Parts: sequence; structure tokens; C-alpha cells
Amino acid sequence: MRLDQRLIADMIEPGTRVLDIGSGDGALLDHLFRLRGCDARGIEIDMREVTRSVAHGLPVVHGDADHDLSHYPDGAFDYVVLQRTLQAVERPREVLRQMLRIGRHAIVSFPNFGHWRLRLMMLFSGRMPMTSVWHTPWYETPNIHPCTIRDFLALCQEEGYCVQQWMAVDEDGERAPWRRSIRLANLFGEQALFLLGRKEDCQPARK
Amino acid sequence: MNSTAPLDVGEHQHCTFPEGLDLECGVHLAALDVAYCSYGTLSPTKDNAIVVCHAFTGDQYVAEEHPLTGKPGWWSRMVGPGRPIDTNRFFVICMNVLGGCMGSTGPRSLRTDGVGDGTERWGTDFPPVTVRDMVRAQYKLVRHFGIERLFAVVGGSMGGMQVLEWAVTYPNMMLAAMPIATAPYHSAQNIAFNEVGRQSIFADPDWHGGRYWQHDVVPARGLAVARMMAHITYLSEEALTRKFGRRVRKDPSNAQAPEASLSMFSDVFEVESYLRYQGSAFVRRFDANSYLTITRAMDWFDLAAEHDGELPNAFKGTPVRFCVVSFSSDWLFPTSSSRYLVRALNQAAANVSFVEIETDKGHDAFLLDEPDFDRTVRGFLCGVADHAGLA
Repeated sequence: MRLDQRLIADMIEPGTRVLDIGSGDGALLDHLFRLRGCDARGIEIDMREVTRSVAHGLPVVHGDADHDLSHYPDGAFDYVVLQRTLQAVERPREVLRQMLRIGRHAIVSFPNFGHWRLRLMMLFSGRMPMTSVWHTPWYETPNIHPCTIRDFLALCQEEGYCVQQWMAVDEDGERAPWRRSIRLANLFGEQALFLLGRKEDCQPARK
Repeated sequence: MNSTAPLDVGEHQHCTFPEGLDLECGVHLAALDVAYCSYGTLSPTKDNAIVVCHAFTGDQYVAEEHPLTGKPGWWSRMVGPGRPIDTNRFFVICMNVLGGCMGSTGPRSLRTDGVGDGTERWGTDFPPVTVRDMVRAQYKLVRHFGIERLFAVVGGSMGGMQVLEWAVTYPNMMLAAMPIATAPYHSAQNIAFNEVGRQSIFADPDWHGGRYWQHDVVPARGLAVARMMAHITYLSEEALTRKFGRRVRKDPSNAQAPEASLSMFSDVFEVESYLRYQGSAFVRRFDANSYLTITRAMDWFDLAAEHDGELPNAFKGTPVRFCVVSFSSDWLFPTSSSRYLVRALNQAAANVSFVEIETDKGHDAFLLDEPDFDRTVRGFLCGVADHAGLA
């Protein structure tokens, strides 16, 4: 399991219901089921990965974030996880809305387009940046909606989501030490990881 | 062998339920026979039983030589020791469906409604049965074995319809359901194909209003044509092209003629010869009235209709773990119908896996060599056992 998946797993309470969108080889699902006693299910777009996961006994359906979330009922899960995929979906805002409709919490990770290396590349070469994270040329990249950490925070604010936890991590998923400053995180963090709650979770409970 | 003689299938292993069965149509069947085959050993706690539901023209001979055709069991590559449905581990039961012709009560059984002198067969007077009736008959045998909860119910095509009906009718009696190459309702196109088959049987001069055995014949031509037509729907264009292409089998009496001079009908395309063989082999093992009864049961199948037209309602709160499988080149029960089922299951917040197997073999792929499919069946069953804490 990747290190950032371990960070995601740490955000999830044991024994809860989890939907992992883009579950890939099922490593996180397997971990959540075996070590945390979660009812963890997956959605995966790549049929080979689906077959592999199901053949390992994991409950995974073939589908994708844009088209299949609307078929789940409200509040069906405690956590809905979207790993490194937000930038590749057709309608990120709608996907986030669906995630927080069907789940009490959303856990989202995405590569940060505000990283200093990308900024410098754009500035000096005047061309779309190519790095180890952003490694496909513009004409064939699946990453059609890149955003920065500040962009994402702005969207959360606009949508009224409750940011319960966030962190910047480097490519290996190692936690990066810029937690106090969003601006620094946005400059030095290669990946971002957010735990979101619904609007009402941020408001103090009224008696 | 005289292929027009009425079938004599002899004795099949079966269980008789003297209390009979109340059918959905309102008719009470006074006595019920359920013919079955079983494999493996039922565990002392009776928690390792898997029901395999056969498809339309299948039967209970899943993993052993067929008594009429002498061919290996229809799913012997899937069910057996060390196979994906491992009989070293699981106790597997497969039952001939109600309305069938391999030992379970059906149109060829003696009628029990008081008409005639007790030696008369039902024939076309056999009451219409539904997929749910089939499943309720199977339930009786499962309970007869003393099984409180099945480990899984597995089946393809019409067998998949039974799997779904099992899950909806007896959700607390099973851990897992595997509906394969199936749909939650029979489509207009599928009903249309069934109707062509039925009309072909009716049109046979040997049909005799459905009482053909009184004339010592069977409507073999009609039944064979029905089978030939249906068989096309089980394949795909790619599979037909790969297997037969445009190859021609020359008539030996016409062998001297130049290559280009094909006769009108004595030379046949390979594909024609194949279908004719399929048709003639079929009439030796299948009864025309069963063909009618079972196609009708499939046509009536519509799970949503039984739940106010809302398919998700059928699965509300279900504890069953589902694994839905479709095949990419299956146009009889296409992936879209499986996806429709999966979305309904998601709406009901059911635990569901869904795999589409890439293949060019069409609907019949679930009976054929598909390694990804084997891995899926094996892995899903292991996962269910893992989850349920069964070693």
C-alpha cells in the first residue's frame, strides 16, 4: 500500500462503511477490511483491476466517479474516498457534491498544480509542465481539471464544506511539514489530502 | 435411434414432496418431484451448500456424464474437485427446474388435477409456472437437506434469473448470489426470440395440439428449428466468423463438380451444418412442452414488477453479497442489463461486485473457457467465506 493510502486509512474510523472510488488494485480496500474491520467497497474504471480485485474477494464494481455515484442512496457510507482522481473527472464539483451526499465524510487526494517546480517550468519554458507527477503531454493527459491546494480550499468554502483535516504530502506520500501555512503547502506540497465533512458538521450543535 | 420416438429419460435421482406446491397462477400441484444431482459433502454445520441453477435448456447434470447424450456435465469445468466451485470444499446441488423434462414435475408428468384416469400426462395443460415457482420448488429440496442457510446461489442466463429470484424471495437464507449473463427482466427482444421458437413448434405437423405422444411422435422439426434459432442468439458474429467463416461443406455426390458450381441446397455452409447438428441433438433430450412452459416462465420474469415497478425495492436491506458478471459480446443479455441491475443494487446499498469479462464468445461464454471468469468465481466465493469467517 502506498504511503498516502496509509494516511487515508488513518483518517478512517474502524468498523465504518467506506466507498473507495478508483480503488485500483484494491490495496486500500483490503487493508480497511482486514485491519480496520470496515465494510469497504470499491468502484474502478479499469476492468482488469476490477477483475483482479474481485478475484481477490474484494467487493468492487466497474464504474466511474462521474456516472455511477448518483445511483447510491443518501448517507450510504461513512467515508467516500477519491484517490488522486479529482483532476481527471469530468465534473469535479458535482463529484464532490455526490461524495458528500452519499457519505458523511469525503476523503480526497489530488496532485497539487501549485507546486513550485510546475510554476517555474511554466514561467521559464512557457510550456505545459512535465514532472514525475504530471507526466503525460497536454494532448493526451487524462488530467483535465488540475487545481492547486488554494483552488480546492476556495471550492470547499464556496460549497460550504467543512475541512476537518488537510495535509500536503510529497510524491512518496510522506507527510510534509507545511501544515501551518496554506501558501507554503501550496508551493511545496506535491500531493494534497483532505478530509471533508458536510456543512452542518462545522456548525456548533444548537440546543 | 429413432429420433421421432417420444423421449424416455428413465429414472432420475429425485425427491417427492407429497404436499405439492401452490403455484403463482393459483393452481395447486398435488405432488411435486424435484430431480437433482449433488456433489461434495455437506458439512456437519450445513454451512457449505451452493445451489447451482441451470439455464433454460440445461439440467441437473452439472458435473457428470449426461445420461442421454453421454456428454460431460454442462459446467464440469466450473464445478468439481479443485475447480472454481470446489466440491472438496462445497456441497453443490443442482436441480432440474419445475416444468423441465429431466425428472422434475413438468408437462410430461402425470396430471394430478383429476382429469382423466390418472395415466394421462399434462402436456399443454400443465399450469403456467414462473421463475419464482421454480425457486420455491428448489427451496423445498434445500430445506429437505436440513440446510438453514445456503453459502451461495450461482447461475447463468435463466439460471441467473433464478439466482435473483432466490435473493429476493429468501434473502436471509443465503450469504452470496452470483447472477451471471442475466437480467432482472426478460427484454422485448428476448420475448420475441422465444415467440419464434414457440411458433416453430406449433407449426410442426407432428405437434398434434401438444398431445404428440398419443401419436407416437414428437414435433422434432419444429423443436429443432427453435433450437437452431435460439443457438444463434447464444453466439456472437465474431464467434461464428472465427468458428465457421464462409467455409462450405461440399456434398460428396457433387464432389466432381467444379469448385465454383455450388448446388442450391446440397452443399452447405459449415455454419448451417453446425446448426442442424445442434437442432437434431437437442430434440433427443428435450421435450417440446417443456420448451413452451419454460420460455413462458422466462418471458414473465420481471423482478421490478413484483415490487411496484421499482427494482431497488426488491433488494432493500438485503444482507446478500452479490457478484454480477456479464460478457462483452453477449447481445442476448448484454452488459447494459447487468449494469442496470448493479445500479439498482447500489441504490439499495447492497454489497455488490460487478465484472464484465472481455470475450468474443457471446452469451455462451459463461459455459466456455474464460480464465478471467474462473478467477472471478473462485475469488468471489473465497472472499465471501473470508468475510463470513468460514475457514
